[in-house]
Amino acid sequence: MNNNLLNVNIAGLQLGNPTALASGILGYTGDIMQAVAENGAGAVVTKSVGVNPRMGYANPTVVQAKSGLINAMGLPNPGINEYIEEIKYAKSILQVPLIVSVYGYSADEYALAAKKAAAAGADAVELNVSCPHVKYTGSEIGGNPKLLRDVVCKVKAEMNKPVIVKLSPNVTDIVELADVAAKAGADALTVINTVRAMAIDVETTLPVLTNIRGGLSGPAIKPIALRCVYDISECVKTPIMGCGGITDWRDAVEFLLAGASAVQIGTAIAMEAPSVFQDINCGLTDYLKRKGYRSVNELVGKSHRA
Amino acid sequence: MNLSANLTALNTLRTTPIVDIKAENDTVKTFTMKDKLCAKAKPGQFIMLWIPGVDEIPLSVLNAGNGEVSVSVKAVGDATRHLHDMKTGGIVGVRGPFGTCFTESRGRVLLIGGGTGTAPLLFLAKRLAAKADRLSFVIGAKTKNELLFLNDLGSVCSEESVLATTEDGSYGLKCLATEPLEKLFDKEKFNLIYTCGPERMVRKVYDMTEKRKIALEASLERLMRCGIGLCGSCVIGKYRVCRDGPVFTAAQLSEVKDEFGVSRLGFDGSRIQP
Ligand SMILES: Cc1cc2nc3c(=O)[nH]c(=O)nc-3n(C[C@H](O)[C@H](O)[C@H](O)COP(=O)(O)OP(=O)(O)OC[C@H]3O[C@@H](n4cnc5c(N)ncnc54)[C@H](O)[C@@H]3O)c2cc1C
Ligand SMILES: Cc1cc2nc3c(=O)[nH]c(=O)nc-3n(C[C@H](O)[C@H](O)[C@H](O)COP(=O)(O)O)c2cc1C
Ligand code: FES
Repeated sequence: MNNNLLNVNIAGLQLGNPTALASGILGYTGDIMQAVAENGAGAVVTKSVGVNPRMGYANPTVVQAKSGLINAMGLPNPGINEYIEEIKYAKSILQVPLIVSVYGYSADEYALAAKKAAAAGADAVELNVSCPHVKYTGSEIGGNPKLLRDVVCKVKAEMNKPVIVKLSPNVTDIVELADVAAKAGADALTVINTVRAMAIDVETTLPVLTNIRGGLSGPAIKPIALRCVYDISECVKTPIMGCGGITDWRDAVEFLLAGASAVQIGTAIAMEAPSVFQDINCGLTDYLKRKGYRSVNELVGKSHRA
Repeated sequence: MNLSANLTALNTLRTTPIVDIKAENDTVKTFTMKDKLCAKAKPGQFIMLWIPGVDEIPLSVLNAGNGEVSVSVKAVGDATRHLHDMKTGGIVGVRGPFGTCFTESRGRVLLIGGGTGTAPLLFLAKRLAAKADRLSFVIGAKTKNELLFLNDLGSVCSEESVLATTEDGSYGLKCLATEPLEKLFDKEKFNLIYTCGPERMVRKVYDMTEKRKIALEASLERLMRCGIGLCGSCVIGKYRVCRDGPVFTAAQLSEVKDEFGVSRLGFDGSRIQP
């Protein structure tokens, strides 16, 4: 969609519209991310990639809940060295910014993966310090202020592309951690990753996910994510990409009003269709016109001032 | 029901007992489960079958109706071996049915199956028997006792329209399933060809039908985890095999020629051979 109403600039990235593909949804290959971009996404985020390959957990890795999905994929990824070729290929075909999500088991690993991703052509990196189901990484780092500061500082020191920090809701005070990431130099925050959850089958009396615990996504977490965005934007000036359960244009507008400058969409791609990006952009445009706004940026944080 | 409510219902895990188990040969067994939603599966669609405590795997539907669904499973690894050890009454979980189905065409049709890929084609053949003018079947395997559903096929098509091939010559023609095709194409004009089986065979069939401009629908296999178009494990080019497939038309396959028969994603998302 090419209309100026929807243009946004976040963390130095120019997006034609404020919707982006969330990490871990389809984002392995350049071709599938291009397909998502053709469906209207203003930017794409890859699957989280680490220094070494990971096979992920055995199935079941995804289980349906009443208004969301619980997943424990276990960060399956080919490792950054193997993934470099895919980043280069993706860059060669994509017309929208490519954000590479990285994770690690130490600040050095995050920095190494991020540096290689940036060198391969990533327009920005997103630090996954919020995966809720893999030990010694993800939210175990993002939930600890000292580790979080070290990781963000180290990555910032070693590269000059924008660094986005993706936060977990599975913490006592997400605002405190957002503040830590901001002070350590984060160029933007993605809020939120999945909410820790599980499912049990009553016939077999077994937990369904092989990893037992997973992360809840989809409509069930939207109110939680919205509150997180609102709270953070009240105290922290760093721009926010809102994420969690966004399914239609109203959801997207709510996140913008709460203080997000852009949104990321995951689960709705499967539960609805990849065309969810186009649908949201159309609805957003109509809303802006109906309300007499000249730019989507005018909505950002507006509910705080209401 | 809107799309997402419908998918939520299909994707909700239902645990259900195995009501029947039938050995097809030394390594393949057919399992039947009660499930109202899966009983509505169309030929070409697949289900996700949970073997509790072990794994959850994609399987093509062999038969569906009367509140039941059947799948034929070859024991090849951990999950499928555990399933083979289960008894009638044992509890499994099902999700689905998922994915695209074969077009039920009229006219003259040819079905080409290899290995357990014959299962969805037998399901299709049963539905086509009433519609199509003439059904022909080519079925291939390494050796005689791996040729699946010979008897069932004989009763769906006429016996003389089933052509069997084995690599060791223990039954039918001694060759690959793709070898007799050129002759068949010379002899008869087919309105539509369907194929499912090992990817090298499927690719060969595609190359042959493309040359002769014969319409084709082919079912592909990729690693599947979510089964609903979310996780990206099964992507080929711009398509998700679990959602946009597993049944693809020749036109779609020509868009993914670089990967079709060439590469797929492994468990860690790296590119490996199919
Ligand atoms: C759409 C579709 C339909 C299928 N239909 C049938 C069928 O009707 N009958 C049948 O016997 N088999 C079918 N398969 C293949 C079946 O899913 C695998 O044989 C099974 O998953 C192997 O599991 P395992 O643990 O026993 O073997 P493993 O030792 O884990 O693996 C053996 C082989 O199966 C593949 N495999 C393992 N897990 C998966 C998975 N989750 N998704 C896809 N492939 C996997 C591996 O890549 C490997 O090549 C189908 C696959 C797909 C994608
Ligand atoms: C199957 C699946 C895999 C995911 N993998 C990742 C990942 O690798 N890295 C990450 O930062 N977030 C991952 N997420 C979280 C999403 O990016 C997103 O934060 C979350 O799903 C909430 O948004 P949604 O409700 O729109 O899906 C994953 C989510 C799902 C459902
Ligand atoms: S299996 Fe997850 S996208 Fe197809």
